[in-house]
Amino acid sequence: MTNLVGGEYVIEVLYIIAAALFILSLKWLSSPATARRGVFAGEAGMFLAIVGTLFYKGIVDYKWIAIALVLGTIIGVPLGRVAMTAVPQRTALSHAFGALCVTLVGTAEFYLRTPNITKFMMSVLSLEVILGGLTITGSLMAAGKLQEVLPQRPITYKGQNIVNFAVLGAAVVIAVLLVQNPGRTELYPFMVLIALIFGVMLIVPIGGADMPTVISLLNSYAGLSAAAMGFVLDSKLLIVAGALDGASGFILSVNMSKAMNRSFTNVLFGGFGQLQTSAAAHEARPVRSATPEEAAAILAAANKVVVVPGYGMAVAQAQHKVRELYDALSKRGVDVTFGIHPVAGRMPGHMNVLLAEADIPYDKLLDMDQVNGDMPQTDVALVIGANDVTNPAARTDQSSPIYGMPIIDVDKAHTAMVIKRSMAPGFAGIDNPLYYLDNNLMLFGDAKAFVGNIVKELSGNSGGH
Amino acid sequence: MKADLIPSLYVFILAAFIGFEVIRRVSPLLHTPLMSLTNALDAIAVVGAIILAGEGKSELAKILGTIAIVAATSNIVGGFIITDRMLKMFKASKAPKQ
Repeated sequence: MTNLVGGEYVIEVLYIIAAALFILSLKWLSSPATARRGVFAGEAGMFLAIVGTLFYKGIVDYKWIAIALVLGTIIGVPLGRVAMTAVPQRTALSHAFGALCVTLVGTAEFYLRTPNITKFMMSVLSLEVILGGLTITGSLMAAGKLQEVLPQRPITYKGQNIVNFAVLGAAVVIAVLLVQNPGRTELYPFMVLIALIFGVMLIVPIGGADMPTVISLLNSYAGLSAAAMGFVLDSKLLIVAGALDGASGFILSVNMSKAMNRSFTNVLFGGFGQLQTSAAAHEARPVRSATPEEAAAILAAANKVVVVPGYGMAVAQAQHKVRELYDALSKRGVDVTFGIHPVAGRMPGHMNVLLAEADIPYDKLLDMDQVNGDMPQTDVALVIGANDVTNPAARTDQSSPIYGMPIIDVDKAHTAMVIKRSMAPGFAGIDNPLYYLDNNLMLFGDAKAFVGNIVKELSGNSGGH
Repeated sequence: MKADLIPSLYVFILAAFIGFEVIRRVSPLLHTPLMSLTNALDAIAVVGAIILAGEGKSELAKILGTIAIVAATSNIVGGFIITDRMLKMFKASKAPKQ
């Protein structure tokens, strides 16, 4: 195809090796035993690709490259050292950075090549910067909401989807005009600007509970825009990396939307975040509650306990106390596992990371299907900081806004216990019938303090053992 | 450039299929590290930015390329560091069989 000479062959070969290493990297990530090898493969591939590129003969000036590489490292190191609870916003921020890189490169390429751009190239370039642009602002908005510097409450208004579609449509119209005549450089800034505005509007109606889906979706967009950039630059390595990232984001988005019982099209078109908050008419129904002493006694007498953690556990910073509870019960021979709903936490897999950080062995971290099968043989299901994902109305009540969403069937355990501050309904404002069941005990209090008290009871009693 | 369109499409389609097959097998346990790792790999876009900044075909290209390198490098460095930190925390309950 193209005429490669000497050094360029070497660079291309390095790129091919890098692409293979990237694929191996993801393959090794499939299990915790080989996962760190996967990171190493990724690093090696990245290193080869960057070093190879630095030898590209067209490069005439290294000064700015060096400065930028150093600056990027200085910014990157602290971003790699954030607390595990902050990983979702860090991830959103890195989607924004990735998209920023892609959009800037696309923009530079446009001005370098205009007006000699083929129709196909201009289409791909438009796709690159529109996806990139909306990912920049969308991810920044998501990061802001997760960091709570922006209001987490979803902001919705009538006709929101129509307005959003109109804005996106405007960007597409400009793209079409540019494809027809790439010389119309005056149009280009508007296309980017509209994409940036669209990114903001896309995330405005999203609430905290929908963040796992949104982050996955933005991940997918970031990947696709990078793949588009690969087409523009004719870089197969970038196409491979972008396709891998896009596929990963796509799979995670589908997982998340399934876990929330939203159709994938519903998610794709930004129809998420619009759970109707039914102003639940909660009359004062009787609930049974228990003290830490009673809860400790029930847990100590159990053979099999499933802990169901939610984001509330992370907010209360209770994971280390939960680990002490796990240790105390395990020492007594109680089989303790964790049942983790796919959308627990603020991004896919977040809860697993928080529990692993608290030193809970990963083979005790089970997913929803694994614990649900054993739920009828489970003595105690202990819910900490989770609400909607345990709501049996999702199975039975067709009028419930979450009807059809897969849940962890804690109501099928012999005893369910829910640690909760008060009876106030959760984030989505949906009443949870679980709390009124005969086999459910409410443990009122702060998650961290309450679990701490249970642990104190358990270790106090074991003295006379 | 036009001639390279078809090979590029082949590469994209094949890579997407490999991506689906490989990533489908990643345990939900590791979905957060998966996202931070793919994010770091995605920042391979830095190679395009390096060429832009280095060739210096125009002032604009040089400036945008430089900023793009900063953004991508921070993703590479931060992404690999945090992925490895997370993976280090995942321990099996008994001595891992290896």
